[in-house]
Amino acid sequence: MTTRISDRFAALKEEGRPGLVTFVTAGDPDGETSLAILKALPGAGADVIELGVPFTDPMADGPAIQAAGLRALKGGQTLAKTLEMVRVFRGEDQTTPVVLMGYFNPIYVYGVERFLVDAKVAGVDGLIVVDLPPEEDDELCIPALNAGLDFIRLATPTTDDKRLPTVLANTAGFVYYVSITGITGAATPDANAVATAVARIKSHTALPVAVGFGVKTPEQAAAIAQGADAVVVGSALVEVVRRTLDEEGKATSNTVIGVEALVSELAEAVRGVRR
Amino acid sequence: MTVLNSYRTGPDHRGHFGIHGGRFVAETLMPLILELEKAYEAAKVDPAYHAEMAGYLTHYVGRPSPLYFAERLTNHLGGAKVYLKREELNHTGSHKVNNVLGQIMLARRMGKERIIAETGAGQHGVATATMCARFGLKCVVYMGAVDVERQAPNVFRMKMLGAEVVPVQSGSRTLKDAMNEALRDWVTNVHDTFYCIGTVAGPHPYPAMVRDFQSIIGRETREQMQEMEGRLPDSLIACVGGGSNAMGLFHPFLDDPEVKIYGVEAAGRGIDTNEHAASIAGGRPGVLHGNRTYLLMDGDGQITEAHSISAGLDYPGIGPEHSWLNDVGRVTYLNCTDQEALDAFQLLTRLEGIIPALESAHAIAKVIELAPKLPADHLMVVNLSGRGDKDVPQVAEILGTRLGA
Repeated sequence: MTTRISDRFAALKEEGRPGLVTFVTAGDPDGETSLAILKALPGAGADVIELGVPFTDPMADGPAIQAAGLRALKGGQTLAKTLEMVRVFRGEDQTTPVVLMGYFNPIYVYGVERFLVDAKVAGVDGLIVVDLPPEEDDELCIPALNAGLDFIRLATPTTDDKRLPTVLANTAGFVYYVSITGITGAATPDANAVATAVARIKSHTALPVAVGFGVKTPEQAAAIAQGADAVVVGSALVEVVRRTLDEEGKATSNTVIGVEALVSELAEAVRGVRR
Repeated sequence: MTVLNSYRTGPDHRGHFGIHGGRFVAETLMPLILELEKAYEAAKVDPAYHAEMAGYLTHYVGRPSPLYFAERLTNHLGGAKVYLKREELNHTGSHKVNNVLGQIMLARRMGKERIIAETGAGQHGVATATMCARFGLKCVVYMGAVDVERQAPNVFRMKMLGAEVVPVQSGSRTLKDAMNEALRDWVTNVHDTFYCIGTVAGPHPYPAMVRDFQSIIGRETREQMQEMEGRLPDSLIACVGGGSNAMGLFHPFLDDPEVKIYGVEAAGRGIDTNEHAASIAGGRPGVLHGNRTYLLMDGDGQITEAHSISAGLDYPGIGPEHSWLNDVGRVTYLNCTDQEALDAFQLLTRLEGIIPALESAHAIAKVIELAPKLPADHLMVVNLSGRGDKDVPQVAEILGTRLGA
């Protein structure tokens, strides 16, 4: 069975180029602006969309994404509103994959079964839940796969060859390689080391490998994309949101345009990498 | 109440106590946690490890800590015979050192040279900084910026001991945020860093490991009570934030059904005010900081801010084994307001000449409530988990007294 995610990666392969995965936080800085950003992403060149589900205690995120989550929560964002955003987006775009990324507690409290039904209906394609390692697969991973949602796992520099099969066992859609040991938006990854790591993962799986954490500029994105199926940019985009807010923290006319512009630059750089 | 053959066999191999516990961490940390579990399992059965630890517990920490009959408090309350387990007499002034010693010995076995810790009141931070000074290890302590303010004496102590104290500005700037920041540090510095968690919480194996290190409190209490009264106590009582001093006292008694056990959560300004830190009384099961347990949160699963006069109890969660002991009914969880704790703090100081930590004062407050209703032959043990010197400036301010006036 093909999915929006598998179709998209197949199309990228056909085109002979790597993909751009963009991360933005749902509801940042407010619901309306965030929806406008979401709608603008595919046109600006995003191949896959990661939509951050805000959480008060994002243990694996750096200051930029922490702040984005808190802005969204302050603006009243909830998991239900995030699913509604995806539903509205799907009304206009039936092909761009949307992956929700966040932490387990909001989903656990929403109720796993109810969440999976509502996410599927809204048009969500996959889930990345940072604090659910393979050891906790019964919680959400297995039920999600049964519900027809891809569960995308993070592989990291600390995931050695012995552990990789465990990490990959129930992974679907693509593998997200975390290019550094650290939090989002921190150190800049070394493109050569990343290419080696991606090759190592590919020797264990046929799934596409996307690389993220610490990729900020079009140049870095292009360098990382050389050795991967896709590159993920997040902190740099939510930083654009922050920089374009007015003194009261409200969105300005530059907010959506600013994110769109950076995505275009990133897409151009990534699309310049031919196989 | 579910009656089990034993309440002391948990957790299972995946770190679960009933529905609580587990290993909810980022993949980057998972290999480290498995390595830690393996190292701890090996150390646990190594007589050399225990012998080394026993030597430091005796000569460096000053164990055993006395079990002291609080005669004037008992007479004042006119009921149960009250004993204090004097953990505040340990080196560094609280029970925290029992756990830190065990973890630092383990870190040394694992060849880790950089130690990180989170701290609320600063007691765990001071204990960690102390052991790191003793063994020449680099020490970084994360502490919420709010707590840095209200626990200034401990901040200075940690710095004197050579630790780097990082004030955490994110979130509510208290213990929960300090723990987030410590986890972020650990994810970043996996290769050389050991995370010394201060309480019976976090991903497996921490809750079980910290409990094991703290259980010396309950084991000593059993022996001491046998010597002094020729039998087991009738009840145990201890304050619970994360719950390590309580678990240390309780665990060796869990399979003695005649011993009643009470944990005391911090009710802050009252359970019905939303300004409290009582996760069992006012929370629901959720997932945070590597484990499932009772948490304070809103309807969307966002963690809410805890409040307590005591920085050490100001945390929106509780150790997973406590959550389970509550679910199965083996331990009764009570709660105590800021005001009750403050009153108990003063009463114990006046009657016994012992200034308790504000954390421990929460347990004393419930002794004041329970003891008068009990007969004179009822033996009650309260864990005096820490000394109150660190709280004197804060209490003086609340009481409107100028220090030195």
